[in-house]
Amino acid sequence: MSTPETSRGRLAVLKTYKLYVGGKFPRSESGRVYEVTDGKGQWLANAPLASRKDARDAVVAARKAFGGWSGATAYNRGQILYRIAEMLEGRREQFAAEVAAAEGLSKAKAQAATDAAIDRWVWYAGWSDKLAQVVGGANPVAGPFFNLSTPEPTGVVAVLAPQRSSLLGLVSVLAPVLVGGNTAVVVTSRDAPLPALSLAEVLATSDLPGGVVGVLSGDTAEIARPLAAHQDVNAIDLAGAEGGLAAELEAAAAENLKRVLRPTAGPADWTADPGLERMTAFLETKTVWHPVGA
Amino acid sequence: MTDNDTTPQDPSATAAASQLFAYAPAPESRAVVDLAPSYGLFVDGEFREAAAGKVFKTLSPATEEVLAEVAHAGEEDVEAAVRAARAAFGPWSALPGTERAKYLFRIARVIQERSRELAVLETLDNGKPIRESRDADLPLVAAHFFYYAGWADKLSWAGLGPDPRPLGVAAQVIPWNFPLLMLAWKIAPALAAGNTVVLKPAETTPLSALFFADICRQAGLPKGVVNIVTGDGATGAALVAHPDVNKVAFTGSTAVGRQIARTVAGTDKRLTLELGGKGANIVFEDAPLDQAVEGIVGGIFFNQGQVCCAGSRLLVQESVHDEVLDALKRRLATLRVGDPLDKNTDVGAINSAEQLARITELADAGEAEGAARWSAPCALPSEGYWFAPTVFTDVSQAHRIAREEIFGPVLSVLTFRTPDEAVAKANNTPYGLSAGIWTEKGSRILKMANRLRAGVVWANTFNKFDPTSPFGGYKESGYGREGGRHGLEAYLEHA
Amino acid sequence: MPTDAAPRDAGRGTLPDVTSSDAALRRFLHGLPGVDAVGLEARAAALGTRSIKTSAKAYALDLAISMIDLTTLEGADTPGKVRSLCAKGASPDPGDRTAPRVAAICVYPDMAATAKRALADAGADEVKVASVATAFPAGRAALSVKLADTREAVAAGADEIDMVIDRGAFLSGRYLQVFEEIREVKQSCGDAHLKVIFENGELATYDNIRRASWLAMLAGADFIKTSTGKVAVNATPPNTLLMLEAVRDFRTSTGRQVGVKPAGGIRTAKDAIKYLVLVNETAGGDWLSPDWFRFGASSLLNDLLMQRQKLTTGRYSGPDYVTVD
Repeated sequence: MSTPETSRGRLAVLKTYKLYVGGKFPRSESGRVYEVTDGKGQWLANAPLASRKDARDAVVAARKAFGGWSGATAYNRGQILYRIAEMLEGRREQFAAEVAAAEGLSKAKAQAATDAAIDRWVWYAGWSDKLAQVVGGANPVAGPFFNLSTPEPTGVVAVLAPQRSSLLGLVSVLAPVLVGGNTAVVVTSRDAPLPALSLAEVLATSDLPGGVVGVLSGDTAEIARPLAAHQDVNAIDLAGAEGGLAAELEAAAAENLKRVLRPTAGPADWTADPGLERMTAFLETKTVWHPVGA
Repeated sequence: MTDNDTTPQDPSATAAASQLFAYAPAPESRAVVDLAPSYGLFVDGEFREAAAGKVFKTLSPATEEVLAEVAHAGEEDVEAAVRAARAAFGPWSALPGTERAKYLFRIARVIQERSRELAVLETLDNGKPIRESRDADLPLVAAHFFYYAGWADKLSWAGLGPDPRPLGVAAQVIPWNFPLLMLAWKIAPALAAGNTVVLKPAETTPLSALFFADICRQAGLPKGVVNIVTGDGATGAALVAHPDVNKVAFTGSTAVGRQIARTVAGTDKRLTLELGGKGANIVFEDAPLDQAVEGIVGGIFFNQGQVCCAGSRLLVQESVHDEVLDALKRRLATLRVGDPLDKNTDVGAINSAEQLARITELADAGEAEGAARWSAPCALPSEGYWFAPTVFTDVSQAHRIAREEIFGPVLSVLTFRTPDEAVAKANNTPYGLSAGIWTEKGSRILKMANRLRAGVVWANTFNKFDPTSPFGGYKESGYGREGGRHGLEAYLEHA
Repeated sequence: MPTDAAPRDAGRGTLPDVTSSDAALRRFLHGLPGVDAVGLEARAAALGTRSIKTSAKAYALDLAISMIDLTTLEGADTPGKVRSLCAKGASPDPGDRTAPRVAAICVYPDMAATAKRALADAGADEVKVASVATAFPAGRAALSVKLADTREAVAAGADEIDMVIDRGAFLSGRYLQVFEEIREVKQSCGDAHLKVIFENGELATYDNIRRASWLAMLAGADFIKTSTGKVAVNATPPNTLLMLEAVRDFRTSTGRQVGVKPAGGIRTAKDAIKYLVLVNETAGGDWLSPDWFRFGASSLLNDLLMQRQKLTTGRYSGPDYVTVD
């Protein structure tokens, strides 16, 4: 969190917030930024205002990373996701401060939201090698056939992060996409993007391969429209689409039959037990038949 | 290539080339393990001497060197350990699953961090090659804790009802062949489910469990959740018989398993048993033969054959018998038997003098009953307990070496002509733990797998283990499963 | 080794029944035991963990140097480049005369004469000249062109010919065509030794690599070679292990010993030693000689030399202490 001065009158070094695309931290291709303020209107930082070209680049990177990430063993993905939780814990104070500023929360409430976000990563990390055991299984078909259904990731998922819950909400939509083996392009909350941009720094230092997650800040609709229409995006989570935007994006997504996860009606409670829904929404079921005979 | 004569070179010259290339000893450093002269019991979060002050020695089976003195727990100590576990059960089971998960994740991470130290320790105390303790045991131990850590906060998804409950205090008795891995198989699911445990490691391999106690300390695990009592069979019997134990889990011989089943009969104690085996490794004529040979070798010589699921009976189709046997013997001649700490060693020491005597007795019986004995040409060290990799051919179903679990590096070769005959011979045993099938034909694999009465069937591979995969036997190989979602059932009540 | 010039080999190392027709050859090749990829790769990886130390390592480094076919196969090759490579092969470590010479210098046919002369000038006649031929690397030319290519390379002084098989014919199942082509190239070689390159990366499956190995050996190959070094997948420990199994089994069946040459992608001494472990534990000590095992490589030599210097001096060496040619 950037406060201009430290307690002893020393001038603080401020962080330049950047996008996260293909494992690198570029400025927006457009060269634009926008002002991010705290709840009281105080300047916090200039965030990059991502363009449709940034979105395109992030999709290319996510597609490139999909083979490796989806092909990694579930155990390996679980290890990496857990590592992310470890790195988050190490920056707990930083995130709590950023969340407090971003959401206008008290220190204690911001701390609680941060802790919940870390525990949620841990929860999802543990799902990597259990999901197939819970949602897949052997099917007793009536015939001499071995028949097994297993979940597989859908592909590249565009994720519109919740507008209000800047870290817990973000984690709650991103982790379930990743755990099944998808890669993600995240559009941050428009007004509270800084925790997401800092999360990208955690992702970059947690053995997560570059491109598995792209993080774009800026105007939600401007970035989301090209993503929803993109023919090489396989699914879209509309959690952060407010007002009429969700319906518009869902209609655009119909072109290549993207899997669509609609936003909740009314304000979402990100502290509730998430269940499996956000994972299974981005999984395909593959069923294999094989004859059984001597 | 100065001459285009393609006969093999002068044999003395090529033997010299092989000798010059002979791998120099590459010992793993013992310095990573800091061994104390003596170890106490781990009860209620502290190390303590046995109440009666008794101790026993644990040896390195490769050198017969005394590694340490270890406290010998008596009934009083078992009582204290169960009491500690009982006291810890309430708060531990009441913790939110997320918190128990984080403890288990911590344990998994500390095991990863200390894995080289633990691998060397395991090799010292057990005699297994460092290559196996380093590349198989320890990675699996850490993975097992990771896997069950993730279950601790997802128990409602385990298929045991919306709110399954832990059983209470688990008494766990484990064998000496994979000391730390068997500990992981027992402790990880028990703790994830909310139970507390008293674990008794094998008499000849107590050290890694005591090091694990230190890992619990580093992870900040609440006291009493894990208790380790070292001792002999009497210690284990006292633990199993303790009236305040809710669950008994045992891995070991079928004979002891039977005794335990009698002991808990008429009580409310839940019981899972993982016992002996006489696994059939079935090689069809259309098998990928080079890989089958590797699988046969790994199936019976991994961990010196001291594996309950070892492929100790090779069933080979008659049409490829000679080809497979020639390839097998050629391959066995390259096995390196010796110092377990040498990174190039393939086959280490037998765990104890007692076990060596048992293997020797059965192998001698095989010879006496008329089977043909062949041992790999290898020099054995003069100190320690060693048995050369051995293959018996001309074995019939009636021979003791085809029926009794040898638990050593001894392979019995039988033949078959048809799939039906292979199934009949493979299933013709009171055991039912593991089996292997080697054929390139997928439908045959699945049909054979359906018909084999064994808890684990490996196709075109052998001795594969994974925390997500349930393991356990049919028939006298025991009941209950360890590993996977199924492994949770042993430590939870439906609710 | 044309059969008319070496009648003692007539009938040896061949299985005439299986090469009598396309159908017979197909049945034979498809009747070879399958290869389980997971098991093969696991075995190669396990052998890769062998630890080689002290005296064995010194021996292995020198053995590896003596097995190198020091190679330059670039469109930009010039006589100057080839001469400098020959000088390097003849005297790999100018600061240490005990370093062995490489086995051969491997060049395009038009550079064979230059290489032959340069090696003679350096007093390194025992270093062979190996020439790629048969429209290397793609092999997409008429048979007459391939045979002419081979004859000219031999005439220019090549002691060894590295030919490529017609992967298109192989993949479309025209095995007899591939077989005949190898036989004819072998005849065009005269006294030169023939290495047959499969391009494993294009054959794609281990089953294909096993079949190609037997096919080439039956057709008279003196060596079987993994790859050209010009595609994405070249020599790997598993595909080399598989070819070592093939030469081992072929000798058991026919009595004829064939060499193996992994090529491309082997750059470090550590890698080279892993390959020697594969040789030792799969084919055995009979193959631990430059007569029966080669490395197709270029940058490997300097890494071997640096490791050799490390063993001699006890200090890690650096790229400034080996020559760049």
